[in-house]
Amino acid sequence: MYRYDQYDQAMVDARVAEFRDQVERRLSGAMTEDQFKPLRLMNGLYLQLHAYMLRVAIPYGTLSSTQMRALADIARKYDKGYAHFTTRQNVQYNWIQLKETPDLLADLARVEMHAIQTSGNCIRNISSDQFAGVAGDEVIDPRPHAELLRQWSSFHPEFSFLPRKFKIAVIASDADRAAMRLHDIGIRIVRRDGVLGAQVFAGGGMGRTPMIAPEIRDFVPEDQMVSYCEAILRVYNRHGRRDNKYKARIKILVHETGADKFREEVEAEFAHMQPLDLDPPRAELARIKAFFAPPEYAAIEDGYDTSDPDFRIWAETNLFPHKQPGYAAATISLKPVGGIPGDASAEQMDIVADLAARYSMDEVRVTHAQNLVLPNVRQDRLYALWQELDAAGLAPANLDRASDIIACPGLDYCSLANARSIPIAQEVAKRLAPIEREVGALQIKMSGCINACGHHHAGHIGVLGVDKKGVESYQLLLGGSAAEDVSLAKITGPGFDERGIVDAIETVTSVYRDAREGDERFLDTYRRLGMAPFKEALYDKA
Amino acid sequence: MKIVTGNDLKTGDVIWWTGSGWSRHLVDAADVGEDGEAIIARESAAQKVFDGYVVDGEMTDAGPRPAHIKDRMRALGPSVRLDLGVQAKGPVHVSL
Ligand code: SF4
Repeated sequence: MYRYDQYDQAMVDARVAEFRDQVERRLSGAMTEDQFKPLRLMNGLYLQLHAYMLRVAIPYGTLSSTQMRALADIARKYDKGYAHFTTRQNVQYNWIQLKETPDLLADLARVEMHAIQTSGNCIRNISSDQFAGVAGDEVIDPRPHAELLRQWSSFHPEFSFLPRKFKIAVIASDADRAAMRLHDIGIRIVRRDGVLGAQVFAGGGMGRTPMIAPEIRDFVPEDQMVSYCEAILRVYNRHGRRDNKYKARIKILVHETGADKFREEVEAEFAHMQPLDLDPPRAELARIKAFFAPPEYAAIEDGYDTSDPDFRIWAETNLFPHKQPGYAAATISLKPVGGIPGDASAEQMDIVADLAARYSMDEVRVTHAQNLVLPNVRQDRLYALWQELDAAGLAPANLDRASDIIACPGLDYCSLANARSIPIAQEVAKRLAPIEREVGALQIKMSGCINACGHHHAGHIGVLGVDKKGVESYQLLLGGSAAEDVSLAKITGPGFDERGIVDAIETVTSVYRDAREGDERFLDTYRRLGMAPFKEALYDKA
Repeated sequence: MKIVTGNDLKTGDVIWWTGSGWSRHLVDAADVGEDGEAIIARESAAQKVFDGYVVDGEMTDAGPRPAHIKDRMRALGPSVRLDLGVQAKGPVHVSL
């Protein structure tokens, strides 16, 4: 894992001291809320429905056990004993007090963490594949490239006031486990003729106007990846709309300009920049890569005992093949049926930290589906791990199944929400859990408003909360995917009330079960049949 | 009725204007008539409250009821965590 050098630490410490001073001035009345608000947002401190909310960055979703333990301590000391893992691989605290925030940030800085650039119109936390570094199908561990981009984008003066927020994802496999094409910039690290480089996509995103990012560059050598991103950002910064918040994301610019014209502009800017030698020296990427060198794996064979049927079910569902023989990556589902997707208590976080230390070479990952991963588990210790997870309520065997629902905080917490998403997710999970093993992979994703934090456009089944004259209402969408077979879900038709949406999801699941051929996933059946039979079942009952 | 609400600067807690001060309990909220914006301006300047706004509501037998579900949610706490928010400390007179 990457460790801060003196510059990283000094920057973060200086920011904590600066914010402490700003908070003092705010509390003394020397600063008004209008003056203070942009400053608190730059430090990840939002106002939500019930209280201040702090969003903490987890670079590319990787945490050490020490960091996870610190996050648990913060949940206990400054919050109400729990935290919420988000679809951007970050973590949020819902009940933070302003007067305590500087101390909280100081605690974070002690474990090389912060909340900088988790809000505002800047480059946000860089996300990645939760199985980076351990997946057999990757070209290389993409996290050093993500870390390089993190360093480049942190406090980048030119990109601190972009037209709108900016999200980058980096992966290194054909399989996309990070919704890469739905980011402002999506990068796939590839090897061409023995040379490592980046395939670059730009202009993707969800929100009000979902777009799949087109390819902008087939290949840029890895030591020019940063300046290529810089060229994209410059074109966006120059031409991105600042007059209309809803048209300010890069996806609108790319869409309205056309990918070809946009590419031309980026290439011109890139060519202009090359003589300026703005890329970080190769030695820096090499220095970062050294932090991500594979750990010392034992020379062991694949195989483990699955005689306990409950363990077998979990192992069949929640394990991901590891590139190292004899190891596996285990997903800890934060989706107990009836629970709150992505929430973990401080005790559970402590347990995960402890298990990471004992079973996973000290590492934990956060997934964009709001689960956690222990990436380096010896297969011969999986059963012991599972027993400990099970005892802590951390062993739902439902990865990518119907009850593994992505749900944003919605109206239960979020001041922008139109409708609640969590209770709908809870009800759907209860309804579908009994059949989820038979149904197979089914990704249900819910957002409480058009901002799409719950990725509803990318759900095999998506749910969007809307406000219908002050009453919570829900639109149903079908056919989305955030993976390598990326697609945007389509609205089925008129919306449903709170109870109706749960019934509607059950209905479309039944249509799929009746029409399914072989091992088809819901998405495959939908793509084969189209919307018609689902629509018919939903609306032609009378 | 018109109700003034906002958040306590130090703690972030949801608060309601009672006519003479701030309360964490919606039941204490006063009908401010046309004075909402003036109260917000004065109280914001005093640095006690931030993000103040006026909400429409009606006075019921049990007490004030904001028209919008968002404000009823703020008065209660998350509907999925009844152990948190004002609702955790005792019954609240409104439901979602
Ligand atoms: S999608 Fe809307 S309701 Fe959900 S967290 Fe994002 S802004 Fe809030």
